[in-house]
Amino acid sequence: MSTPVVQGIPPIGGGGEQGPASARGPAGAATLAGDPGPGSRGDTARSWFWRGLYLALLFLATLAFVYPLVWLVSASLKPKSQVFDNRLIPETVQWSNFATVWDAGPVLRWLLNSTTVGLISATAVTLSSALVAFGFAYFRFRHRNLLFGLVLATMMLPGAVTMIPVYLIWNQVGMVDTQVPLWAQNLFGSAFYIFLLRQFFLGIPRELFEAARVDGASYLMMFRRIAMPLARPALVIVFVFELQASWSDLMKPLIYLQTPEYFTMPRGLKQIVDAFALSGEYHWEIAMAATLIATIPMILIFAFTQRYVLDGIATSAKQG
Amino acid sequence: MASRLQRQETRAALWFISPWIIGFMIFTAGPMIASLVLSFTDYSLVGKTSGVGAANYQELLSDPRVRTSLTNTFVYALMYVPLGTAFALGLALLLQRVGRAAGFFRTAFYLPVMTPAVAAGAMFLLLLNGQRGLVNQVLGWVGIEGPNWTTDPNWLKPSLAVVSLWAVGGSVVIFLAALHAVPRQLQEAAMLDGAGVVRRFFSVTVPMISGAIFFSVITHTIAALQMFDQAYTMFYGPQQKSTASDASLVYMVYLFQNAFQFFRMGFASAMAWVLFVIILVITIAQVRIGNRFVYYEGDNR
Repeated sequence: MSTPVVQGIPPIGGGGEQGPASARGPAGAATLAGDPGPGSRGDTARSWFWRGLYLALLFLATLAFVYPLVWLVSASLKPKSQVFDNRLIPETVQWSNFATVWDAGPVLRWLLNSTTVGLISATAVTLSSALVAFGFAYFRFRHRNLLFGLVLATMMLPGAVTMIPVYLIWNQVGMVDTQVPLWAQNLFGSAFYIFLLRQFFLGIPRELFEAARVDGASYLMMFRRIAMPLARPALVIVFVFELQASWSDLMKPLIYLQTPEYFTMPRGLKQIVDAFALSGEYHWEIAMAATLIATIPMILIFAFTQRYVLDGIATSAKQG
Repeated sequence: MASRLQRQETRAALWFISPWIIGFMIFTAGPMIASLVLSFTDYSLVGKTSGVGAANYQELLSDPRVRTSLTNTFVYALMYVPLGTAFALGLALLLQRVGRAAGFFRTAFYLPVMTPAVAAGAMFLLLLNGQRGLVNQVLGWVGIEGPNWTTDPNWLKPSLAVVSLWAVGGSVVIFLAALHAVPRQLQEAAMLDGAGVVRRFFSVTVPMISGAIFFSVITHTIAALQMFDQAYTMFYGPQQKSTASDASLVYMVYLFQNAFQFFRMGFASAMAWVLFVIILVITIAQVRIGNRFVYYEGDNR
């Protein structure tokens, strides 16, 4: 059972880690060149028609995916009476919406809290998952497959099952209404990331480690000097995934945080939505301004890491 | 000598995986047992706790809100999972046919995935507004009179599905990667044998990417059954009451309310275990069915 898995992986993990971006370009081009298969029968006009149709459909889809965000920017700048006019350019630009959000809650505090919690969560889960993944990838020991199966099995366990006892633990040690419960579990690795990183470690040629071993490197040095640098693309994916997950999480802040100063951005946003969009005088524009504030950081992160992230998902999916 | 090395390796391995083992004990295994025990009590954080036998589970069967929330969750999942899979597959197929331009679209499709669920929920609360929302305005252009998405009890679950479908870009990326991995020779061979576009899609493409489809269906089903953020953002608040009606009460929202608003932690634990069993049964069923259809490359797994 174990050998075929090990043998089956390296070409994927190894080839996938550096290559996808550059490798997919040519692959895509090949598709382009090859696909007018029907067209190569001499009917180029028809193939151009289809290509145009595909592009048109894709632009339509892009509009559906991206326009809501554009609409959000616009809505957050409108006065209350114009939010629903759905015009792209606001008739009246009302920058004061953002000042109102600022007064409605400690937004800067929330952003800082989310950033802190996000960075700690992502760093912790990346390092701990990498350690565990290396343990499963490099060493051979009894019950390894059984134990790794257990790791994978925990992915099926709904969070709801452990939610209440875990809350009781934090309650017992007096950590409720602190941010510690939002990231502490990440110190112990997370099943999906362990799975992902293990695949990448398995893709590293074993000879590299053996050579280091001959030179007297300790296991920890092999992990730090060989495995980690080579798995950098995978580590970035894990980091960004967790940063995004932590930044989006609503449930844990709802459970653990009571003091508004400790809120993370989604929890704060929910409070603003409750106050401005679900009750009171329905100042939707204020809710939208807060929504925009909560969204922009993630879009920025994505802008800088999208190559890694998109190719990473593609690679990891093939392994799944 | 070999055994000494083996012992040394085992010790080192345990050292490396110890974070997971410790975390598993404290945050998974321990709490699982505790929650199973709690589910047979009337634990409520304060006051006396006593064992109540299977009373929580009996109440689960008779509580109409449990049934409502379970039905709502299934209805939502049955809309979201098939539609999401179909949309993602359709978009991936289109992307595969436009060559280099795919990179741009792929990035654009992924933006909603990065948008926090609370933000997406808040945004769609306005976009789906029955009278003046953008969605109904666009539907109006093509002559469709849009429903009251966020207030009509019949349309709350579809609107939750719409919010989730907006973030379907992750699956598109996965399907596109799977499509690129289909060997061209197969398509060409089928073409030489006279198979048309439709025939090639169902006889070559679908079987070859069935692994990715299967993976996507299973993970999305598991996630859909635990949906919380969007429903809670759009329709629930600290007032404990829904701003709409029980038509948007999904299972996790009701479970959360029981645990942390009504402090009926014993009952909520029972709800959690029922959810676990439901997810287990559905996943096993999907794996059983899937194994009949899924093609694994080289069958070497």
